[in-house]
Amino acid sequence: MNSPADTSRVTSAKIVIAGGFGVGKTTLVGSVSEITPLTTEAIMTSASEGVDDNNLVPDKATTTVAMDFGRITIDQDLILYLFGTPGQTRFWFMWDELVRGAIGAIVLVDTRRLADCFSVIDFFEHRKLPYLVAVNCFDGKQMHDLQDIRDALQVSQDVPLMYTDARNRESTKQVLIKLVEYVLSMRRTRTVGVG
Amino acid sequence: MVLGGDEPTGSLVRPYAVTRGRTRPQLEIALEALVETTARGRAGQFLGGREQKVIVDLCGGRLQSLAEIAARMEVPLGVARVLVADMAADGLLAVHEPTGFSDDPGADESVGTELLERVLSGLRRL
Ligand SMILES: Nc1nc2c(ncn2[C@@H]2O[C@H](COP(=O)(O)OP(=O)(O)OP(=O)(O)O)[C@@H](O)[C@H]2O)c(=O)[nH]1
Ligand SMILES: [Mg+2]
Repeated sequence: MNSPADTSRVTSAKIVIAGGFGVGKTTLVGSVSEITPLTTEAIMTSASEGVDDNNLVPDKATTTVAMDFGRITIDQDLILYLFGTPGQTRFWFMWDELVRGAIGAIVLVDTRRLADCFSVIDFFEHRKLPYLVAVNCFDGKQMHDLQDIRDALQVSQDVPLMYTDARNRESTKQVLIKLVEYVLSMRRTRTVGVG
Repeated sequence: MVLGGDEPTGSLVRPYAVTRGRTRPQLEIALEALVETTARGRAGQFLGGREQKVIVDLCGGRLQSLAEIAARMEVPLGVARVLVADMAADGLLAVHEPTGFSDDPGADESVGTELLERVLSGLRRL
């Protein structure tokens, strides 16, 4: 056991919450976070490449991307962060940093606008980041057959797909648990496959 | 907010003014890396400027990630990263890197698996 003063083993992990504009990402983060979701901004300057350490940054075109995040203290030496992606997927520069080292991602979808998450799913598949799909029930009803949604999204049978209510803490908790279980099961399969 | 919000512009610092225009930190620090004030940082006399004092206070209690520091100081992530990297280089802060879960074939999987199991049981306890 660590004494409270020994923080040498302190570490953190993160899960990415992605999906189209207005699909409930911030709501989901807020439903389980121990802090009110915070927002941070990243600025990309087209001039940032090759800028000398001591030079002032010249006034070049800049893009600001906001993302929000929440925090869950798992243990005194392990903290889990949930990062909501920027609503617009054109800001890929931020996504690279968001997914680097992540446990996996939750793709939130709204059945009224399924296509909004296509580019997100493509991105995670390309980056080989494990993800699950959570269908946010805006109408309060589970109106669609999950298999129909799976077919429409063209995700494989292995990818977990479930209903959720982003406003509900217990529901969000189940989605997070499902994702981590899925990542663990993928690791076990791979280890068995190699051995 | 950490600092008084009485500045007429509403903005705490002009981005990049505090970092003298540098955009590249001395260290790559992850968004979720945890930052902790060291004894040297707490001592106070080695601090250079208002931003350093704010960060030392912020990270003197419970640990804060780089993202939290940026959000609470209301500065862009890149600015926070440069400030934290400089202070870490001066021994004022300790930076605890996250456990990445990259699927590099060479990565030590057992470390990640143990951590995932801890995350899982932590989530179940919520
Ligand atoms: N009825 C219902 N409303 C929801 C649900 N989840 C989110 N909302 C509402 O939908 C709106 C958008 O939710 P946000 O959490 O802000 O969505 P977001 O994905 O963060 O949006 P952007 O960051 O702008 O892309 C808010 O008004 C929420 O209150 C849900 O499960 N059911
Ligand atoms: Mg949002």
